[in-house]
This record gives sequence, C-alpha cells and structure tokens, in this order.
Amino acid sequence: MVVEAATRTMTYQQAINEALRIAMREDPTVILMGEDIAGGAMVDHLINDDAWGGPMGVTKGLVQEFGRNRVLDTPITEAGFIGAAVGAATTGLRPVAELMFVDFFGCCMDQIYDQGAKFRYMFGGKARCPVTIRTQIGAGLSAAGQHSGCHYSVFTHMPGIKCVVPSTPADAKGLLLSAIRDDDLVMFFENKVLYGSKGEVPEGDEGIPLGKADIKRAGDDVTIVAISRMVNQALIAAETLAAEGIEAEVIDPRTLSPLDDETILQSVAKTHRLVVVDEDNPRCSAATDIAALVADRGFDTLDAPIKLVTAPHTPVPFSPPLEAFYVPSPERIADVVREIM
Amino acid sequence: MSAATAGAIDLDRETLLSMYERMVQIRTFEDQAGTNFAAGLIPGFVHLYAGEEAVAVGICSQLSDNDYITSTHRGHGHCIAKGVDISGRVAELMGKSTGVCKGKGGSMHIADVEKGMLGANGIVGGGIPLACGAALTAKTLNTGGVAVCFFGDGASNQGTFHEGLNLAAIWNLPVIFVCENNGYAEATPVRYHCSASDIANRAGSYEIPGVVVDGLDVFAVYEAAREAIARARRGDGPTLLEAKTYRFYGHFQGDQVTYRTADELDSYKKRDAIVSLRNALIERDIASEEELSAIDSRVSAALDQSWVDAKAAPFPEPEETLTDVYVSY
Repeated sequence: MVVEAATRTMTYQQAINEALRIAMREDPTVILMGEDIAGGAMVDHLINDDAWGGPMGVTKGLVQEFGRNRVLDTPITEAGFIGAAVGAATTGLRPVAELMFVDFFGCCMDQIYDQGAKFRYMFGGKARCPVTIRTQIGAGLSAAGQHSGCHYSVFTHMPGIKCVVPSTPADAKGLLLSAIRDDDLVMFFENKVLYGSKGEVPEGDEGIPLGKADIKRAGDDVTIVAISRMVNQALIAAETLAAEGIEAEVIDPRTLSPLDDETILQSVAKTHRLVVVDEDNPRCSAATDIAALVADRGFDTLDAPIKLVTAPHTPVPFSPPLEAFYVPSPERIADVVREIM
Repeated sequence: MSAATAGAIDLDRETLLSMYERMVQIRTFEDQAGTNFAAGLIPGFVHLYAGEEAVAVGICSQLSDNDYITSTHRGHGHCIAKGVDISGRVAELMGKSTGVCKGKGGSMHIADVEKGMLGANGIVGGGIPLACGAALTAKTLNTGGVAVCFFGDGASNQGTFHEGLNLAAIWNLPVIFVCENNGYAEATPVRYHCSASDIANRAGSYEIPGVVVDGLDVFAVYEAAREAIARARRGDGPTLLEAKTYRFYGHFQGDQVTYRTADELDSYKKRDAIVSLRNALIERDIASEEELSAIDSRVSAALDQSWVDAKAAPFPEPEETLTDVYVSY
C-alpha cells in the first residue's frame, strides 16, 4: 500500500530551500557553495545571518542553521569555486554549488565537463564526483542576453553529466534531494520564472528518482513533451485544445539525462502525434533529441510529422515584446497541435 | 651553492635511499617510455618528466595517502612519487586492460584516488581549482591532510591559477601550489609568456608566501616543501612554491625542440638532480656506489618486467567503452 505523504502549498523556491535543508541535516558532508548564497561574509552584524540568501533568496535562512563553514560564500570566481566543488566531491564532500545563471557556464565549463564529468571514465571507474550544480535558467524577466538562456541541451549532450529540469515545486524538492544524494555530477536547472509559482509539496524526505518522466496531463489525441516552464505553457494550451475536443497528453521528462524514453514512446504509441516544447535554442537541442528518439524508435506509431515549438536560434532579447516573442507561448503550442490534427 | 648541498641531509638513510630510488624509477620509466613510444608501443601523446624528478620526489616523499595531489599532462613523475603502482602505469600507457585506469585514461589521465592522486590532467591549469577542493575537504572534515597542486609555468597564465590562489588564500586552505617552471610552455619561453621574472612573485598579489627554489636540488625542494607543508598542516594556509627546473625531453615525444639549444640542454644535464643526489650520498658515506648501482639495476629490471607483462596483457574488450560513465544511470 502506498501511503501518500501529507502536503503543503509551497513555492518552487521554498521547495528548493526545504530540500537543501533536509539534505544538509541528513548528511554532514553536504556543503553549499556559491556567490552570495548567504551574502555579507565577514560583516560583523551578519556573522550567523545572511544578507541575501542567494540573489533570489533561494538559500535564505540556511546559514543560520548550518553556519558559514557549510554555507560558503564564494568570490565571483566561477572556475575557481565550481572546480573546488568538483575537487571536494572527488575527495569526500557532497557539495551543492550554485552557478548563479547558467549563462555563466563559459566561465567554468572546463571544470564541469572536462574534469568532473570525465573523472570516473578516465580513471577507469575508480572515482566518484557527487556534486550538484544548481543554476538558474529561463527568459521572462527581461534579464537579456547573458542572464536568460536555458542551455540544458549543452549539458545533456555531454556524457558524465545528469540534467534535471523541474517544473513544479514538488518535483523541485524531490528531484533536488535525489540529485544531492546521487553519486554522479548533476546539473540542476531552476527556472527563475517559476521561483514564485506555488504547488502542493509532500512533507518528508522522499526523493523523486532521476530518469522518471511524469505525465502532467493525460490525453489520447496528441503527446506534448514539454521541458521546465514549458510544461505550464503546454498545460494552458491543452486546456484550450480540450475545449475544441483535442485531448493532449502532457509529459514532463523531469530529467533530460537520463531521459525516460519509454514513457515518451508509450505515449506516442497511444496518441500517434508528438509535439516537443522547449525554451532552449533549437539546434542540437533537447527537443531535436526527443524528436530523433521518436523518429528512430516510434516512427511506425506516428500519424503525423513530429513538430517542435522552441525558442528561435537567437540569443534572448531584452525588450519585453521581443522576449515574449522568443518564449514559446500557449497560443503557438495550440496552433502547432492544430496543424497536425 | 652547488646542487644537493642544501639542508635536509639530516634525513635518515632509509628515507634518502627511498628518495633516490623514486627518482631513478621516474627517470628509468621516462627513458623507457620514450624508447617504447618511438617503437610504436604507446598510442597517443606522451610528455616526459625526465629532468624534473627532484620536484616530485622532494615533495611527495613528505606526503601520505591521506594527502592529495593534482598533476599535469607531464604527470608520470608525480604518479610514481605518490606511490601509484608502476606496472599498472606501464600497462595504462599501452592502453591495456591491466592499466591503473583499465586503459581508459592513458598517459594524460592516470589517477589513483585511493593513493591521493587526483589525476594527470590534459588541461593546462585544470588541476588548480581541484586541488583547492581537495584541500577544502581536508579542512572541512578535519583530516589533517593537505593538497599539493603541481602545474607548469604555462599554467600560471591561466585564470584558474589566479582564481585558485585567491580562493585558497581567502579560505586559508591547506594547499601547496607547486609551479614547475621548466622554462618553456610548450615551445614558448617563459621570458616571453610570463610578465613576472619569478612566478613566485605572483604570490604577492594574494598575500601568501611565494618561494623560489632550485628544482634540480632535491634537498632544496624538500626543505622548501617541508616548511610549506607544515604551514598548511598548521592551518596557516597556502604557499606558492616555484621550482626552477628543466625537462630533458621536448614538450611531447616527437617534438624536435628547435626552440632551445644543445648547449642549454647540456648545461642542465650537467646539473642532473639524480647525479647530484647520487654523488652527495656517496660523498657523505650514506651509500656506496655499489649499493646505488644495485638500486639502479633493481629499478631497471622491475620496469623491464613491467613492460614484458604489459605487452602480454590483453587490450580491453570493446564493450568496456560503455562502462564507467556514471555510477548509476
């Protein structure tokens, strides 16, 4: 018998904070590292208090419980501290490092993909690198070209890295717990537009397994695989379509690496149609990867061409009307579904 | 001061002979690797450490498995000095399944985390933040360990060098940054590529000790490292140690080394650290010529056997390509 845990309504941001607190309580080797994740280091009146608790307040309150030796403010030195997190993970700690915006990966990519992600392989299976790198993604706040990208496709491409893209508060909590407990290098992509979104979140310390998709809405007519915030856009589109008699099944892969191939293929086998919705850029992307998966292994089940609804092949623009054009909208998603019905 | 006349001669006979043997192991390993690379037995790229033995041995002889090192593309010497199995290393160079990394790393990625060896590294400067992380582990878990970070003169121009030194300084990490300045970053002389006359001067920017040492004098290296390691273990933070050294081979095997003169190479070979140590041990009646020659012979014979074994060992099965990417997936 499965006993459902009691739930409370929380924001995505609070759910992440709760997962960090649980992980730090259960394992003394879990440390947090990042720029201003507490803030105010060496300020006399903030010895055991935070100035910011992260630029968005996600880590607020943790330094009070765990102290500055476990909630480590770093200088603005991404190669330095992400590399230190990788080195610490290889030698016995379980660090959770915060790369403030994923767009900053250029400053530290060597330490992620050339070092941490390859150690186990290059060393013949004799190393572990249990580091989680939390990072913000997503357009929608007019943060412009260097603070708004998604880029999880880049990391999904790379062996040795796991990629987690939660879309709800409950998923954020459960997946972050699993990410931190995981013995591999995990990139955990938090959509900044979702930080204030609310949902029911289970109490307790249960993790959600990495590699298990979630069917966010059941339907028989078309499969919409949507990633991160695009799950919400797809669910809105699905309601519009339902009023027209089209029942969409909305699948949230929740992790892009590993990817739950079977849930996607089974859904397409039922609906015979696939639309992938992805806010990342469209070339060599998670969307094209999922399309290729179904074209390769589910071609015979398809009754229509696979369609992708993605951001354009541009950086993220600043001006609000341009940014709104950039992000896939429920209207665009619904239009594309109608095209293939 | 001539080589091998500095302090550290107070070391006991066993330690001194062990250091001599390690240095000879490295030299013999590298000479044989050079020969066997030319004979086509080693795939890929090989960067030989011969000439720089005093640095790895002078430092690693003071470390235990509880201490970590990070290394470079020129990492064979660090591995041997840190105690990584030599036969497994020979097999690794050949890409055999009996290699320490099952043939999946090769010369540039040999590692043995259990021995505290966090990997040779194909990225110049790539190991510097990693060493800070290993030191952070030692500090956080209070293991008493230190991290020694080996890198070359070329790496001192990478951002990771500056980020790592700053991070270690502000967090007071037990790390010893060891710049092996062999005069050349690939084919480019240090006088061109580096703004500082001594790379150790760069420590000043981070307000940590910066020490220049003769990297061809194992005792001088030992002494300088002793202080830096003690400082790190005391909790007094990092040191930048610059060992002025020289590589007897080119940047990689196949390098025609047109960027330096034969006279320059000869001048350094006249100061060969192993010869200097050998002479010092004999002059001071610590060991006889015969005893040292017996060590030389024993090392050669053991390595010869390692090559025989490695040649006979199987290559990994093709399916092995697909393993060890993740702990679980």
